[in-house]
Amino acid sequence: MALHFELVTPERLVRSEEVYMVVVPGTEGDFGVLEGHAPFMSTIRDGSLSIYRAQGATPETLPITGGFAEVNAKGLTVLAEQTA
Amino acid sequence: MASLKALKLRIGSVKSTQKITKAMKMVAAAKLRRAQEAAQNGRPYAERIERVVASLAAQLAGGPAVSPLLAGTGRDQTYLLVVATSERGLAGAFNTNIVRAARRRAEELAAQGKTVKFFLAGKKGRVLRRLFPNQIVADPDLSAIKSVTFEDARRVSDDLLARFAAGEFDVAELFYAKFVSALVQEPTGMQIIPVAVPVQAASAMSTSGDAVVEYEPDEEAILADLLPRNVAIQVFRAMLENAASEQGSRMNAMDNATRNAGDMINRLSIQYNRTRQAAITTELVEIISGAEAL
Repeated sequence: MALHFELVTPERLVRSEEVYMVVVPGTEGDFGVLEGHAPFMSTIRDGSLSIYRAQGATPETLPITGGFAEVNAKGLTVLAEQTA
Repeated sequence: MASLKALKLRIGSVKSTQKITKAMKMVAAAKLRRAQEAAQNGRPYAERIERVVASLAAQLAGGPAVSPLLAGTGRDQTYLLVVATSERGLAGAFNTNIVRAARRRAEELAAQGKTVKFFLAGKKGRVLRRLFPNQIVADPDLSAIKSVTFEDARRVSDDLLARFAAGEFDVAELFYAKFVSALVQEPTGMQIIPVAVPVQAASAMSTSGDAVVEYEPDEEAILADLLPRNVAIQVFRAMLENAASEQGSRMNAMDNATRNAGDMINRLSIQYNRTRQAAITTELVEIISGAEAL
């Protein structure tokens, strides 16, 4: 029971891993993605991703700027212009 | 016949030239590895954004509120040729090939009665300045860039997009050298504005995308956000490929130069030895005949 999460910037593939949940700063509000999320696409605002490796674990935050997120059957892909 | 001293000097000078070309070759080889890696690392992002743009474009095609970046301005009178070249020379035919491809295209378009403008990204495209002195719209200074970052590509693409929004051109084509292998680089022209949607990718998406995708905000807004970014990515990708191609091309050119210098040294050494031998023989003959005369 894990969500496949990928974080990609134009310069490289930053992350590709199995996590429990990721909270993404969408333009119209934050949203959390768990495994089995419905297909979804959203632009994102500058902010931080919160990555939960396991249920109840302390999230790891990762600041990102510009881009969009795509959820499909394979998992979550975040295309960001920059990560810190 | 050249004197011994002159030959010796000549050999020395060719040898030091060979040392330089050899060093340049090794530097290019090391840089090539890094540039190739960078080009490879940029691929996942470009692929994904291309797929998303293709699927959105397929859905919205023919719709009313489609951005001119996708649908075009409705005209194709003015073409902007973006020519990406390197900042440094001594890379074999690298820059010449790109410039030639762009020039050929420009002549083709001019023959069709289109207006052609140039956007020079890279110092070595300036030959075009001589050929088309009044058609250069911009040549940003990129000489400070050591290794291409997305920021650099964004600066170029922002400039392009501003010009497009101002109606300076209808179609933009990008010329760069596609990196095939360290030995082969292909000068390529590619349309970047309006976005040429890869038909294959689009049809592949529409068949596999059976699930209904939710969009937030709506499709148009996402597409409007994505299209400029897509242009930046295309520019970025071209710059990365170009950087790799440049190093590959330079490595080859310098390899050839090193080999030529080696051949030249061999030839000159043989000539040097022969001349020396001839001088010794003459001297001996002189001594012997002198001794015999006594």
